[in-house]
Amino acid sequence: MIRHLALLTLALGACTSVAPIRNIAEPRSGVTFTSNDIRKLQNDDAANPGMLWVEQGKALWRAGVEGAGVDNKSCASCHGDAEQAMRGVAARYPVYDAAAGNILNLEGRINQCRVHRQHAEPLRYESEGLLALTSYVAHQSRGMPIQASIDGPARPHFEAGQAHYVTRQGQLNLSCAHCHERNWGKMLLAEPISQGQSNGFPAYRLEWQGLGSLHRRLRACQFGIRAERSAAGSQELLDLELYLAWRANGLPVEAPGVRR
Amino acid sequence: MTGALALKRAAPSLASGQAVRFAPRAAGCWLVTALCVGLPVAAAAQQVVFEGGAVPAPLTAVPADATRGKIVFVQREKGHCILCHALPDPEVRFAGNVGPPLAGIGSRLSAAQLRGRIVDPTQDEPDSVMPAYYRTSNLNRVARPYASRTVLSAQDIEDVIAYLLTLR
Ligand code: HEC
Ligand code: HEC
Ligand code: HEC
Repeated sequence: MIRHLALLTLALGACTSVAPIRNIAEPRSGVTFTSNDIRKLQNDDAANPGMLWVEQGKALWRAGVEGAGVDNKSCASCHGDAEQAMRGVAARYPVYDAAAGNILNLEGRINQCRVHRQHAEPLRYESEGLLALTSYVAHQSRGMPIQASIDGPARPHFEAGQAHYVTRQGQLNLSCAHCHERNWGKMLLAEPISQGQSNGFPAYRLEWQGLGSLHRRLRACQFGIRAERSAAGSQELLDLELYLAWRANGLPVEAPGVRR
Repeated sequence: MTGALALKRAAPSLASGQAVRFAPRAAGCWLVTALCVGLPVAAAAQQVVFEGGAVPAPLTAVPADATRGKIVFVQREKGHCILCHALPDPEVRFAGNVGPPLAGIGSRLSAAQLRGRIVDPTQDEPDSVMPAYYRTSNLNRVARPYASRTVLSAQDIEDVIAYLLTLR
């Protein structure tokens, strides 16, 4: 019996397109590990502080870009009403983009439009403008299940993200999986450890007193284990983001989430 | 098994007079633990010899101080073991539970076993979820300020062992 299983495993392993299996079959959003107060903040648009960025993004969506050599076209002039045009988009990201020859997350796609369609400078990662546009676009998918694809040319990126996820790093010598797969539900001092899902981002964190990207959150985890932080927008974090999106498939987009 | 861990360096900028903090700081404080720490001052590197998961020889010749060991256990800037381990001590109001509670550990494990476990738990348990407190080799992408430094000094470890041995 064991021999048969081993053979089966070998046969499956030989065929590279085998669908990977998630360690957490039924993912749970990070918001379910937070306090009632935080859940209430997230669920009430009038109180959710992240909505300020969404509102700002809405204004940017309609505004053109001013400056020399710039195409003064607004996002809206090409895409129309974001509530229709952008509905469901964030739930599919990151995606492989043939023109870029890489996977793009939402920030990357927005900057691609800035550069190639508006002929403007890309917005800096974590700048207020990029956070606002990303939150606004992501907000149009709120409540929709994440459906990231890891097929085709996205696959090697998924695999790189997975390798990062399970590798120990930092002076404290822990992997992401040590906390978020093996110990979710437990406490680190007084803080509950969640499954480390990505569906709440961009999110407003009380600790930041502001809204931040998923990459900022990932850098905070690297910092906590005294690991060298990957740059926001780096290939490492993009690949990790794709892995996280796959892990989160089925969870609702929450943008803008609220967290401690 | 004789695992020689490339060692370390560390004379603590120690400690008497430092207040022990028993309560957690503001939200998410573990994340900030890292860079606000006084980094240890370099001292002579030494070799650690494992027998199984245990390390029989003390890391220093200085007599261990259990009172200071408790500070090492609790304090954020030191071991901060309470992130993951509860203690049978009414002064410790908050503790995590990623690792088992350490009540009675002094009668379950010997000094040598405790030393091995704290120096490098992966010697005994390759997939351990506990950091290695006295190891500088074969680590991956350690942040610059910590490169080739151990988390705790040799004396910190001897002191925390002395403290754990009082928990019977
Ligand atoms: C020492 C344990 C630990 C390690 C290792 C760790 N994290 Fe975290 N992570 C936390 C804690 C604590 C939080 C904040 C509370 C929560 O949501 O879990 C967090 C939050 C997160 C979140 C936000 C979840 C949400 O809903 O707000 C993500 C995503 C995440 N981590 C991903 C990662 C990734 C990727 C790695 C590896 C690079 C990693 N973490 C390594 C402890 C850890
Ligand atoms: C000149 C027209 C034009 C402008 C201006 C423009 N875009 Fe685009 N955008 C496009 C086109 C065309 C596509 C489809 C790209 C493709 O498939 O290669 C696209 C794609 C996108 C996508 C991905 C949609 C999907 O289904 O994956 C997003 C998100 C996006 N744009 C956001 C923006 C934002 C935000 C702005 C303003 C900062 C903007 N765009 C400005 C033309 C434009
Ligand atoms: C990130 C969480 C974490 C931290 C921080 C941590 N430990 Fe642990 N510890 C564990 C886990 C988990 C175990 C259980 C076995 C394993 O996975 O290695 C453990 C096991 C132990 C054991 C053996 C317990 C037994 O019953 O056999 C001792 C002793 C111990 N730890 C001491 C310490 C000391 C001392 C410190 C601080 C210098 C510390 N730990 C910091 C997670 C942690």
